[in-house]
Amino acid sequence: MTAETEKFVGTTRKVTAHLTQNEGLSFEKSAPGKKAYRLAELDVPAVDAASLLGDLAREDTGTLPELSEIEIIRHFTRLSTWNYAIDLGMYPLGSCTMKYNPRVNEFVSRLEGIAEAHPYQPEELSQGSLGILRLLQKCLLEITGMEAITLQPAAGAHGEFTGILLARAYHQAKGNPRKDVIIPDSAHGTNPATAAICGYEVINFKSNARGGIDVEALAAAVNEETAALMLTNPSTIGVFENEIHKIADILHAKGALLYMDGANMNALCGKTRPGDFGVDVMHLNLHKTFSTPHGGGGPGSGPVACKKILEPFLPVPVVEEGKDGMLHLNYDRPQTVGRVRAFYGNFGMFVRALAYILANGPDGLRQTTEDAVLNANYIRKKLEDLYELPYTTPSMHEVVFSDRRQLRNGVRTGDIAKRLIDYGFHPYTVSFPLIVPGALMIEPTESESREELDLFVDAMRQIAREVEENPEVVLEAPHSTRVSRLDETTAARKPVLRWRSRQ
Amino acid sequence: MLRDIGASSIDDLFAIIPEEYRVKGDLAIPRQMGESEIVDHFKAAAAKNANGYASFLGAGVYRHYRPVIIDTIVQRGEFLTSYTPYQAEITQGTLQAIFEFQTMICELTGMDIANASMYDGSTAAPEAVMMAMRVTGRDGVVVARTVHPEYREVMHTYAQHREVSSGVAAVEVGYGPDGSPHAGRVDLAALEAAVTDETACVLVQSPNFFGVIEDVAAIAEIAHKKGALLVVAVAEAVSLGIVRPPVEADVVIMEAQSFGVAPSFGGPFCGVIAAKEKYVRQMPGRLVGQTTDKQGRRGFVLTLSTREQHIRREKATSNICTNQALVALMATVFMTVYGKEGIKELALHNLAKADYAAKTLGAHGTLLFGRSPRFNEFVLQTEEAPEWMNARLLEQKIIGGVALKRWYPELGNATLWCATELTTREQIDAAAGWWRRLRRLLWCGRKEISPQRTRRAQRTLEWAQEDRKME
Repeated sequence: MTAETEKFVGTTRKVTAHLTQNEGLSFEKSAPGKKAYRLAELDVPAVDAASLLGDLAREDTGTLPELSEIEIIRHFTRLSTWNYAIDLGMYPLGSCTMKYNPRVNEFVSRLEGIAEAHPYQPEELSQGSLGILRLLQKCLLEITGMEAITLQPAAGAHGEFTGILLARAYHQAKGNPRKDVIIPDSAHGTNPATAAICGYEVINFKSNARGGIDVEALAAAVNEETAALMLTNPSTIGVFENEIHKIADILHAKGALLYMDGANMNALCGKTRPGDFGVDVMHLNLHKTFSTPHGGGGPGSGPVACKKILEPFLPVPVVEEGKDGMLHLNYDRPQTVGRVRAFYGNFGMFVRALAYILANGPDGLRQTTEDAVLNANYIRKKLEDLYELPYTTPSMHEVVFSDRRQLRNGVRTGDIAKRLIDYGFHPYTVSFPLIVPGALMIEPTESESREELDLFVDAMRQIAREVEENPEVVLEAPHSTRVSRLDETTAARKPVLRWRSRQ
Repeated sequence: MLRDIGASSIDDLFAIIPEEYRVKGDLAIPRQMGESEIVDHFKAAAAKNANGYASFLGAGVYRHYRPVIIDTIVQRGEFLTSYTPYQAEITQGTLQAIFEFQTMICELTGMDIANASMYDGSTAAPEAVMMAMRVTGRDGVVVARTVHPEYREVMHTYAQHREVSSGVAAVEVGYGPDGSPHAGRVDLAALEAAVTDETACVLVQSPNFFGVIEDVAAIAEIAHKKGALLVVAVAEAVSLGIVRPPVEADVVIMEAQSFGVAPSFGGPFCGVIAAKEKYVRQMPGRLVGQTTDKQGRRGFVLTLSTREQHIRREKATSNICTNQALVALMATVFMTVYGKEGIKELALHNLAKADYAAKTLGAHGTLLFGRSPRFNEFVLQTEEAPEWMNARLLEQKIIGGVALKRWYPELGNATLWCATELTTREQIDAAAGWWRRLRRLLWCGRKEISPQRTRRAQRTLEWAQEDRKME
């Protein structure tokens, strides 16, 4: 990347060179005797572990690090500066809905009476927590148009598992759990993995030329052994299934259920409701649509909403309002599928999601959806002359391009994604959905201003020009990061999954 | 922007949604609130929960001190608002922290490898069981009844739809009664009888749900003799500072909530699966591995992803995708703050507090399984119903032990108590003192010795309650 080439190299407006500090592993910095803690004075008689535990007492706690507090703060702060984050800029990951994570949500989830609540404390001392559960349930039911809900699942995939278990229990109660779950080839990988764990055969279903469900082909595929269709709507290419009710009718005619993967609910909130267009059971991702932080890969939360017919099978316990006006946990539900997780779910995420809903209200949620869809369409319009649009159907909250034109110069979606890093952006979702070869899946969310979108568009346009005039600079990207592309093959072939001291 | 797109109104962008399914008007949810109203809303909710109580609750969720810097670090936007580290070049911070987490979990559990986290301890249990099924090609499971009842419930939910050749998905094995050689621990003879050539794994918990430490070595021998794997669950992670790690296990599942994570009414917590190296390819969940970049610099990546759902789809080892990365970071900071010596010291304080509490409270009831080794929990048996005792204790702002009847009807009035480093001697003495008074009162009432004495006892109680209020 020197001046000796006259080939085009884009100029970034968003970033400049930024120094980060080197930092080893905590174990490498450890020195015997360093401490970052002091326990309270022991106010009961000291005990001897050996006399209480005998040979079950532990002698050596292994190589845990020994560091001072400032060393620990610096260690993790330095590591943090090596991360990209929503707080640093746009995160156009399609399907992941990387929207702003409001800080008031963090604040309220840490209020003492909320954070310190023990799941087994008496119900009369848990009315605040149960009230939060109850109100969030009511809001989510209204938003989805469904009739019953559980908040217990810990993440989206866990919600899928719960939803398919409900479907299975429903069929079982009618005498036959059925054999198959139909899953379009555009689906998230969690869908087929979930169906398999629930004991179902996966019937892979080919998308039509519009990237959606071919209603006639579906009618031919559904039979008395079909337990459910797992459908993402809008689909993973960001297209709303406008024949959704026909799809539901086909399934219902054979006694099968319509499961909706709610990953893309950010395109629907306040505008349309799955319960109204025929969905029987669905999950939500609170860490997508409802702004709870992704935290580098969790915690998530995956509530499952369903129609009345599935309510008897919901996991225990369920929150109920007693005649005394108090909220209670009801465990006595003979048809339940059982528990899918200990206690009541990722409660801290419920607090954050509810805070988000309260901050928005009905008008805010509607506008959020409108802005998310507007932003995606703006990007589509600004890039469609340079990047191939494999499906020209109208986009909702995300847009999927393909690398077909760039491939002529040997540049793939993964390379463009890496080059985007040099322009100060996190890459979009690479090579997904699988039905689009070389997919670039872009979801800006409602959080981004026009200014940030323009920076993104500018970066994508410059990269397109680099691909034409100077493909090497894209193929070798990123150029500005602490580490360059990492050797993933060796990592998998000779896995080093933990640090070991060299003694 | 609409003009740029060529749309005349925002509704144009939603035209594809059939008219009859469009929401007309507002959703019936609370109106938009200002930030101060949101804070007030949750403060009001917090006030309706337990505030200012001394708590002896444990049973899978433990109250430990959370060093302040944990929250300082996890609230950094670079950690809080980052995505799963698929783009390794710009997520080295998260990746290195997870690598440190994996290493420390291995050191503490005595296993060779650990994953980047699972949802929680309860869901790690069925994931470990399914892993053992893949490793052994068998499908029977033997579970100790001393495993957390909710973990067992979750495991049964996962197991109920699997086709099992032996016909029985999970067999439960009981514990020795009070006074027996295996009091409150897995009944080894029953275990030996239950494990067969079809058993994929034996699942036990140590310290178990009663707080008693299991004889993991003996259990391992029984499991391994039949070619089954041993899965050991650790629900109270701090115990690993003072209790010998379950090195004889093949797989260890853990709930790391004790490592700096708030009880938060039951979640989010942090599950982990650790195992012997040879099982790495059957491990569910994400793994971070060390590698180098093109210039030979050390870096970290998510690795062995061919096990995972986004590659393998229906053939994946698990459907897990999002896990608990930020909570794992909390645990990482916690382990780094306490370090090699601190974790031991902390565990020792827990041992001392629970020992004192067991002796002090045990004086007013029967300490069940009293001779078996335990960590920071213990079981008290009383003649009186726990509901009555606990309701009276609540009046003194004391939350007593968890009643065990719900899961162990055979234990009658028994309650499970926990004392951690945060439990003070004053709280223990106060609980014991009240318990003594309550029992005396009850005794007076039951014996009907004289109405005067009963009245006197009742009066003592009322005075003491008045005193308490004055304080």
